[in-house]
Amino acid sequence: MEEYSEETVDQNIVNTIRQFALSQRRQIYDMAHAAGADSAHIGGALSLVEVTATLFSSVMKIDRSDPHWTQRDRFILSKGHGVLSYYTALAEVGFITREELMTFEKDGSFLLGHPVINRDKGIEFSTGSLGMGLSLGLGLALTAKRRKMDNKIFVALGDGECNEGSVWEAAMAAPQHKLDNITCIVDRNGFQQTGSNEDIMSLGDVGAKFRSFGWQVLEVDGHDVEQLYRAFTSHHIRAVPRAVIAKTIKGKGFSEAEGDNAWHHKILTGKLYDQAVNELEPE
Amino acid sequence: MVTLTKKNVKSWSRIGSRATFGSVLYELAESREELVVLSSDTSTSAGLDRFRKKFPEKFVEVGIAEQNLIGIAAGMASEGMDVVTATFSPFQTLRCCEQIKVNLGYMKHKVCFVGLASGVVLGKLGYTHCSIEDMAVMRAIPNITVLSPADCGETAKAVEAALNHDGPVYIRLTGSAPSPVVYEEDYDFTIGKSVNLLNGSEVSIIATGTMVHRALEAGKQLTESGVSTSVINIHTIKPIDQSAVQNACENARLIVTIEEHSVIGGLGSAVAEVKTEQANAPPQIIMGIRDSYQNSGGYQEILEREGLTKESIVKTVEDWWRKNIE
Repeated sequence: MEEYSEETVDQNIVNTIRQFALSQRRQIYDMAHAAGADSAHIGGALSLVEVTATLFSSVMKIDRSDPHWTQRDRFILSKGHGVLSYYTALAEVGFITREELMTFEKDGSFLLGHPVINRDKGIEFSTGSLGMGLSLGLGLALTAKRRKMDNKIFVALGDGECNEGSVWEAAMAAPQHKLDNITCIVDRNGFQQTGSNEDIMSLGDVGAKFRSFGWQVLEVDGHDVEQLYRAFTSHHIRAVPRAVIAKTIKGKGFSEAEGDNAWHHKILTGKLYDQAVNELEPE
Repeated sequence: MVTLTKKNVKSWSRIGSRATFGSVLYELAESREELVVLSSDTSTSAGLDRFRKKFPEKFVEVGIAEQNLIGIAAGMASEGMDVVTATFSPFQTLRCCEQIKVNLGYMKHKVCFVGLASGVVLGKLGYTHCSIEDMAVMRAIPNITVLSPADCGETAKAVEAALNHDGPVYIRLTGSAPSPVVYEEDYDFTIGKSVNLLNGSEVSIIATGTMVHRALEAGKQLTESGVSTSVINIHTIKPIDQSAVQNACENARLIVTIEEHSVIGGLGSAVAEVKTEQANAPPQIIMGIRDSYQNSGGYQEILEREGLTKESIVKTVEDWWRKNIE
């Protein structure tokens, strides 16, 4: 059994991920601001920025010139409302243009408030109805096994999303089928639409739950890119699926939004937009 | 390619639609490298035991978890696999309805999902295990093709056609074993194209699933007794064969639809939706299962109680004829 690596991560990689995340946040603010009175899911996108930045910049096998490349690693945004972190990551790798990003939620745009499958643009599936992404991921993982492909599958779930029973149907099936090519990430920001997980529906120890279903569980600070990188790149235990519980802050990076669940879905006014952008600091 | 022969028609009708389904997949497996069949603890019920043993690499057991079943199926289909799922009809359709909507309807992933023992064949087990709503609900989801084979030979053809079809297909299996034969000889099965089984001019009976055989018997009797009756098998509930319905509207004085399904939302509704746009269309009698959960019972008992028999079709048409024509 291989253990979770404690080695330090190459600083070039760390810097790449941080730059990627910084750029994502800037674009998220631009898009949320452009969406205007339509509002945008901001809090749960910001909590997922380091996760998506780490995966898309430095972990996943992607051909930037070909979103259809069959050997690519797959990412599924099961928590579809975290879409701003997804679109901006796809923009950073070059699948979506800056101009396209700015059409977010506009009439006729392919960039809706929840992802709509569009593999020309790197969007793997339509999601938004919670609790469905992990099953799709299992389908990809089973196919990769059958075809003897070595690509990896990453699925990002929200912690509120784990209220859905279908999540646990999939959680039960992954170890049964010995899917050591799938990683389930839980964005553990502690909040869901109308309150904290504790108030609405407590998940208890979500890591222990996955462990008891037969998963390898790694619990990390979801904004510490070194921890995330190590978790995603450590070797899978043979025949065991992996869950990464990423402890995050909803609204991370924007002081007005951090930990304030009103930012689950909110209008980013011009004044607040300026403030958010001013808080961005290149590290 | 599935071709009907005297031999397979006889053997399939003896084992019924469920076992026919499993048997056909077994035959198709050799030639379809990327075929994969997903079971929800239903391999025996779907006649898939032999398949599971011979082709373990083409079989995935997901346990009693239908939401996960459809999600995994869609994931595999999105990678180009030929995916078939099978479980009892209520669990195959309503239990995972939203997964079907999003993963198959919205995203159009090509999965053939098969509802076993639909209708009221499992009446003795109660209405948890009956399925009188499936066609109505599946029909309402965009991009889902809905097939309802008339006999075991048509079941075999429907499975093959679904695998060759570019999009998600729901196949509704009805009836018990042995199952009456509608098609003694090979014929052309095309999704969306109905089959004329009996030509007649005065009354048009449009039937699907197990009701096709009864409709054909009734049509013959009515014709012999002087009411010229046509019988049409609509095996594709969606997309409905519009021209067949329009043609019936132009020629017949009465249209009767009959299905082993609720009178709401199934074949009768699909026909009525086409008919309502036709000028001077004849009236339609919708025969099916009343909009209620009655006491359960044996298969034949329920069919008789709901008027889904040859005798009941004949009486319904004759009563209407006496009242309106003679």
